[in-house]
Amino acid sequence: MPRVLLVEDDPSVREGVEIGLCQRGHEVHAAVTGEAGLEALDAFRPDILLLDLMLPAMSGVQVCSRVRETSQLPIIMLTARGDDIDIVVGLEAGADDYIVKPARTEVIEARIRAVLRRAESPIDARPAVEHHGELDIDRAGHTVLRSGDPVALAPSELKLLLHLSAVPEQVYSRQRLLKEVWDHSFHSDIRLVDACVRRLRAKIEDPSRDPRYIQTLRGYGYRFGPL
Amino acid sequence: MPGAAAAFGLRTRLVIAFLLVAAVSAVTTAALTYRQARNAVLVRAQDTAVTSFREEVEQFVPRLPLDPDTLRWDLYDIAARAKPHPWIVFAEYGSLRASSGDRPVSGVLTPELRRTTLTSAHGSFERVVKDGNAYLAIGMPVMTRVVAGGAAVPSGLVLFAVMPMTNEDVDIDSLVTAARDGALPGLAVALVPALLAARSVLRPVRELRRAAHSMGGGQLDTRITVRGRDEMADLARTFNESAARLERSVEELREAGARARRFASDVSHELRTPLAGMLAVTDVVDEEAGTLAPNTARAVRLISAETGKLAVLVEDLMEISRFDARVAELNTDEVDAAEAVRNTLSGRQWLGRVRAEVPDGLRIRLDTRRFDVIVANLVGNALRHGAEPVTVRLSARGDTLITEVHDSGPGIPPDALPHIFDRFYKADAARSRSSGSGLGLAITKENVHLHGGTIHARNAAGGGALFTVELPFDGPTSGSGAPDGPSHAHGGTGPAESRDRAETIA
Repeated sequence: MPRVLLVEDDPSVREGVEIGLCQRGHEVHAAVTGEAGLEALDAFRPDILLLDLMLPAMSGVQVCSRVRETSQLPIIMLTARGDDIDIVVGLEAGADDYIVKPARTEVIEARIRAVLRRAESPIDARPAVEHHGELDIDRAGHTVLRSGDPVALAPSELKLLLHLSAVPEQVYSRQRLLKEVWDHSFHSDIRLVDACVRRLRAKIEDPSRDPRYIQTLRGYGYRFGPL
Repeated sequence: MPGAAAAFGLRTRLVIAFLLVAAVSAVTTAALTYRQARNAVLVRAQDTAVTSFREEVEQFVPRLPLDPDTLRWDLYDIAARAKPHPWIVFAEYGSLRASSGDRPVSGVLTPELRRTTLTSAHGSFERVVKDGNAYLAIGMPVMTRVVAGGAAVPSGLVLFAVMPMTNEDVDIDSLVTAARDGALPGLAVALVPALLAARSVLRPVRELRRAAHSMGGGQLDTRITVRGRDEMADLARTFNESAARLERSVEELREAGARARRFASDVSHELRTPLAGMLAVTDVVDEEAGTLAPNTARAVRLISAETGKLAVLVEDLMEISRFDARVAELNTDEVDAAEAVRNTLSGRQWLGRVRAEVPDGLRIRLDTRRFDVIVANLVGNALRHGAEPVTVRLSARGDTLITEVHDSGPGIPPDALPHIFDRFYKADAARSRSSGSGLGLAITKENVHLHGGTIHARNAAGGGALFTVELPFDGPTSGSGAPDGPSHAHGGTGPAESRDRAETIA
């Protein structure tokens, strides 16, 4: 069962989520502040970080950026609906998904599982490593090299890249990507896709040119290539 | 004459009144002046004539015996000294007739003048109009003193002077002309103050109209400049005071409304935090309920179920608060409407219970989460309050997408129809609280409006309630949707988006 680091300042939410997840067999470490959460990272070594956006002192967004500086730990933000701008900023900072409070434990657990689910390995007899321009994508090893250098990708970024590059030049609508990559069961926030695309582009594209790998089809969605 | 007053404008009426007054006073003045002047002219001429003729006659000593020729020469003398106008002198003595003119007898002299002249020592005169010409006829008896120092007695000789008054007529005519020539420019000059007065009255009236119009348009800080101390200034002052009072009350109402909305929003916020904790543990409670004593288990399940409903209610309240505060955001995306409806139905396991007549290919720009709320609320409403089968139908008309949700239930009571989208309105008072938060249709309506669309509820001809949503295919245009929202209603992918980035987003 995954180890969950929960950073939440409100005692009732913290305790409620902790109880709910523990009951389902998760190992949970709860931190009250962002600073405490960052400290607990090394000792607790979580599989996933559940991060409240509205924290006293160091905000959730700041914690998110700090974590992303050194690690590609899956991050899910806890937010309240209406904190729309914070959601966008949090997604830009590198969060993989978000949950709107209040939420039932089964919803929280489903999100955790979706984020942790590894991208499906190729079932056909593809070569283990695909070469797309300067990108080397290792589907089995879940690594991506750009001009030979490894690229650190957050779980959602890696999954999106693997999903799009599995069928180059196939156009995916944002709704479809939400469903297939994020496992959102019905209409959700397309900003999740847009923010992830931006983060992915920042890591693999040449900033001085138009996007080459992740291309936009205005009004329809995204596709990988053509190169 | 209210009809006539209404037919003319204020300016016309003022000008007409001014001209009438000016005309009446000019005519009256001219008439009075004319009469006075005419009398003065005539009397002066007449007095001069009578006095000088009397002097002539008093100094006149006829040469005896009277014979017409010598008498005529004397008459010529008198005629030569006529004052103020030439006159013709006639003499009558018994049957003797003489004159300084062509004919010995004047046709102007009346028998009455002859008689009074004979009986009066001072003579007599009268004005006679003959053949359209005016004459002054003066009769004077020639007196003689029978005894020295005694009273003078009429000698029987009577002299008449006939003076044509043509000059006086000319004078009077010129007076009339002068009066006319003075009155007409006077009337023209009266037009100027009339127009000025009309302007001075009408300008404040125009200002007042403009101000009232602007107030009606919502510009409550409209005020009029107060000029002078007349009635118009009073009116302007009253208007300004009323406007200030109105503005104050509206401001108070607005503040009260804002306070109420803020309170609702704060309450929901405060409720949400404990609910988040409670909702997270309901699963735990539900799972363990089976191991508890029956009554405890029922109590626990009740708490759990109500917590879930409370969470929905609080979320709905917060959503409504955001609409009220106009901070609801629209994150639009271009999607296939049929796919969106199918996703909504499948996400809620409704595919088996709802018939979807949704043709593919209707691509529309909308906020998918909000469209999901619209469809889910209408279908959920139909399933709860109506009866199956429930149909969702998509169609296009012009540049709007029409979404219809039709159920086969008893329909909406006519008296409930106007209130169906009101908050917490329950069509059936006896209906249990358990069915929804009471905000579902209100939120649906707000979501539709945010898209710049419309929603209607009615009972279909074949029975059952029919909800019709019309949404523009192009998404909301500016000016519709969230009127005061800071560019949230214009699509895009988020407020933090810079423009060049937005270009590369689908």
